[in-house]
Amino acid sequence: MSAVGVTKSTLLKDLRMEWRSKDAINSMLFFSLLVVVIFSFAFNPTAEQSRLIAGGLIWVAFLFAAVVALNQTWARELRNQVLDAYRVSPAPPNALFLAKVLGNFLFVVVLEALMAPLFVVFYQLRSVGPVWQLVVIALLGTWALVVNGTFFAALSIRTRSREIMLPLILFPISIPALLAMVDATTSILTGESSPDFWIKLLLVYDVIFTAVCLLLFESVLNAE
Amino acid sequence: MVGDNGAGKSTLLRVVAGLMQPSQGSVTLLGAGTAREVAHRIGYMGHAPLLYDELDGMENLRYFAGLYGLQDDGIGRDAMRTVGLDPDLERRVGQYSQGMRQRLSLARAVLHNPELMLLDEPFSNVDVHSARDMAAVLGRVRDRGKTIFVVTHQSALMEQVADEFVHMAEGKIVSRERVRQVQMSAGSGAGGER
Amino acid sequence: MKPLSIAFIVFTLALLGFSTYQALFVAPTEQTMGDVQRIFYYHVPSAWVAGVCFFVNFLASVAYILKRNSDADALAAASAEVGVVFCTIVLITGPIWARPVWGIWWTWDARLTTTLVLWLIYVSYLILRHFATGSQTKLLAAVLAIFGFVDVPIVYMSIRWFRTQHPSPVMGGGENSGLDPAMLHAFLWNLLAFTCVGIILVVARYRLQQMENEVEAEHARLALAGGAR
Repeated sequence: MSAVGVTKSTLLKDLRMEWRSKDAINSMLFFSLLVVVIFSFAFNPTAEQSRLIAGGLIWVAFLFAAVVALNQTWARELRNQVLDAYRVSPAPPNALFLAKVLGNFLFVVVLEALMAPLFVVFYQLRSVGPVWQLVVIALLGTWALVVNGTFFAALSIRTRSREIMLPLILFPISIPALLAMVDATTSILTGESSPDFWIKLLLVYDVIFTAVCLLLFESVLNAE
Repeated sequence: MVGDNGAGKSTLLRVVAGLMQPSQGSVTLLGAGTAREVAHRIGYMGHAPLLYDELDGMENLRYFAGLYGLQDDGIGRDAMRTVGLDPDLERRVGQYSQGMRQRLSLARAVLHNPELMLLDEPFSNVDVHSARDMAAVLGRVRDRGKTIFVVTHQSALMEQVADEFVHMAEGKIVSRERVRQVQMSAGSGAGGER
Repeated sequence: MKPLSIAFIVFTLALLGFSTYQALFVAPTEQTMGDVQRIFYYHVPSAWVAGVCFFVNFLASVAYILKRNSDADALAAASAEVGVVFCTIVLITGPIWARPVWGIWWTWDARLTTTLVLWLIYVSYLILRHFATGSQTKLLAAVLAIFGFVDVPIVYMSIRWFRTQHPSPVMGGGENSGLDPAMLHAFLWNLLAFTCVGIILVVARYRLQQMENEVEAEHARLALAGGAR
């Protein structure tokens, strides 16, 4: 089967398994809701102020939700050592990587789609700038978090304190992407400036790090 | 391949399968190259089941067959029947008995009709009767021209079938004999020739 | 220790003594900031050494991924550690300088923030090295180092842009612009001295890591050989 075929079959398999157990979905949904509610208690701004800080709040909330999703990326492959079966087969490692990234991407995007309306309600948000730009930022930014996150989750497999290791190495490297996401969101919500540069930066970030991940994944997968 | 626990049998198998890099030296398989280069011609069965608990038997095999470029369900169904499992069983592997899981694991390893099979403890958790059947199956597979490495504690099962016994201890190969009928109890040379 | 090494260490100590004398006594007092400006002679050379160390780490990590040479890994480990030390010095001397001069401990300008992020990235690298189990620590660390280094220019660009959108105080904006020749003198001596100190530390740590790698390899050899009895 071609690499694309393997990616597709792996992604479908993961989705099927997730649908059956509903482990991660349920806990992540609830976690996301909790985060939004707690943030609303912690940061209780008036409507004008809310537009200024909402960008930051939303993305920190998404970040936490993403980490919960990322931490279980490889959990199923490690149970019963199933990963060995993949490694021994002729299937290309990058197909596995892309399948995992796409799976996480879908996951987190669904979470964002569910959390965003909650934020709008709790913070009485209205966007001054065009909403489609918010969607673009969300997609590019989520990819940035998820592509590196999936890679570092694989790195963390072979460390002690796996769950804390992932955010620990992911966050510093994601700082420019986070800055872009937050400031772009804020500038669109307030309508005060153009997010064009940030969109370009996120695009560059995504391209560069997707390439680096694809280059190095095979070495990490076979590190034993 | 026989020997005590910790002799290095499983490790050796993993190195041959390409899952581990040797600290020294290299491995060439089928006269062609490394495990990765001939991946479609080798099959590996590990100590752990190497199966997805949340999927049923055919779903597992269908996925793994896909990794080898095989789209035909018939292959998976045949493999399941060969090891004595029902391909229409929709039970998730997580709910299989140990023996059933072991057999499905073997099916997965030989699904793509590899020339070289690396099997780590294929008879563990399998009842004696089925184990003898499996050993016989392996013998017939060997007769069709395949090469099979079997790591096992139960050397008695292999007596009638194996071409060669390789005895390992403390990480090294201690002896090898090409025989069919030598009586060897695992771990000691009692009652046997060396 | 080889006589050349001892000579170099003695030379560096002397150099450091001389450059410190230059920085504290010979260089003229800055007209607006006063004596506290002398921190500059430690702040900037430290930044320079940190930057060079991280670059060396990047090269060594790439070399390790390509050649799997454990000496390359030793150099990567050594340069990362020394780099983090000097980066810490930058992050500490910065606020000490800023507080009396600009009245604030910290500002999120491009340079300082990038230094902070750099520090975070390489500390996470060191933590990964510490927590990784098994023989593949070196490979995982090398991989992370590449990610980190590739990220740095992106970090700088993003914060620069952020700052053009949301201007805020810049600390020591143009220290290198219009530097008085007498100050330049002291600055260059300190730059040289710090570079030499950096070299000594990296080499010492490198040798230590090499020895650790050798012990590890010897253990592995013994384990293999111990089988034949």
